[in-house]
Amino acid sequence: MDKIPILRMGAFLLVTIQVDLYDRLALNLESDLVQMVSKTDAKGVLIDISAVSIVDSFMGRIIGNIANMSRILDAETVVVGMQPAVAITLVELGLPLKGVHTALDVEKGMNLLRSKMQVLEEEEEDLNDEDDNIPV
Amino acid sequence: MIISLSKDVVAITKEQDVILFRNRVKEFAQKIKMGLVNQTKLITAASELVRNMLRYADGGQITIEVVSKGRENGIRLVFKDSGPGISDIQLAMKDGFSIGKSLGLGLPGAKRLVNDFSIASEAGKGTVVTIIKWVNG
Repeated sequence: MDKIPILRMGAFLLVTIQVDLYDRLALNLESDLVQMVSKTDAKGVLIDISAVSIVDSFMGRIIGNIANMSRILDAETVVVGMQPAVAITLVELGLPLKGVHTALDVEKGMNLLRSKMQVLEEEEEDLNDEDDNIPV
Repeated sequence: MIISLSKDVVAITKEQDVILFRNRVKEFAQKIKMGLVNQTKLITAASELVRNMLRYADGGQITIEVVSKGRENGIRLVFKDSGPGISDIQLAMKDGFSIGKSLGLGLPGAKRLVNDFSIASEAGKGTVVTIIKWVNG
């Protein structure tokens, strides 16, 4: 049985899809990834689809699902490296991948995830500051 | 007049056949020098239709053809299954309609991605979907 490897990089999970996906493989990736997020307490998921030449409605739905499920588990998802022809096709198909963050390449995707983490940390600090200021 | 130049028939019985079929379509499209964007549109549309075929009719048969009309070359795909058929084609062609759990983009989405789309279905007998994508379409 084929399996897509999920790599851990600090607080992030990295998935590089190098093969053509069929439905079962994509479904397995979805459940593996969501379980990994919960197990490793990951704060971000980066999915590299630069080697994927076809994203149809099923595959697009899986990507959207992964992003939504991860968000519920407190992790952001970034999809990177989409081929231009795939982007054109997705929009014409009627699937603009709403709610999924995207970046051009892995490096930019990593930066996006890091900046999102920083924003979160700052918000937490702000909240703590406010707690301190409450008069007794 | 559309003339058929070369032809191949692929049987689809399980999910893994889909990848084989997609590669076959890609070979045909590359042979007639279809651009990458049109290739991607054609294969994505084919992928939607072959999924329907597997999900609702347990597979079927697809004919891949290089066709020519005047000076234009293209690929014609005929998806033929002997599943339950579609009782209301108009409804099935609507965005967001699905009897499965999907997004309901398959049929209308595939239609938007190709130049020519026709569907014929008879309840209890099966469904035939024909699509054509021209090289410069």
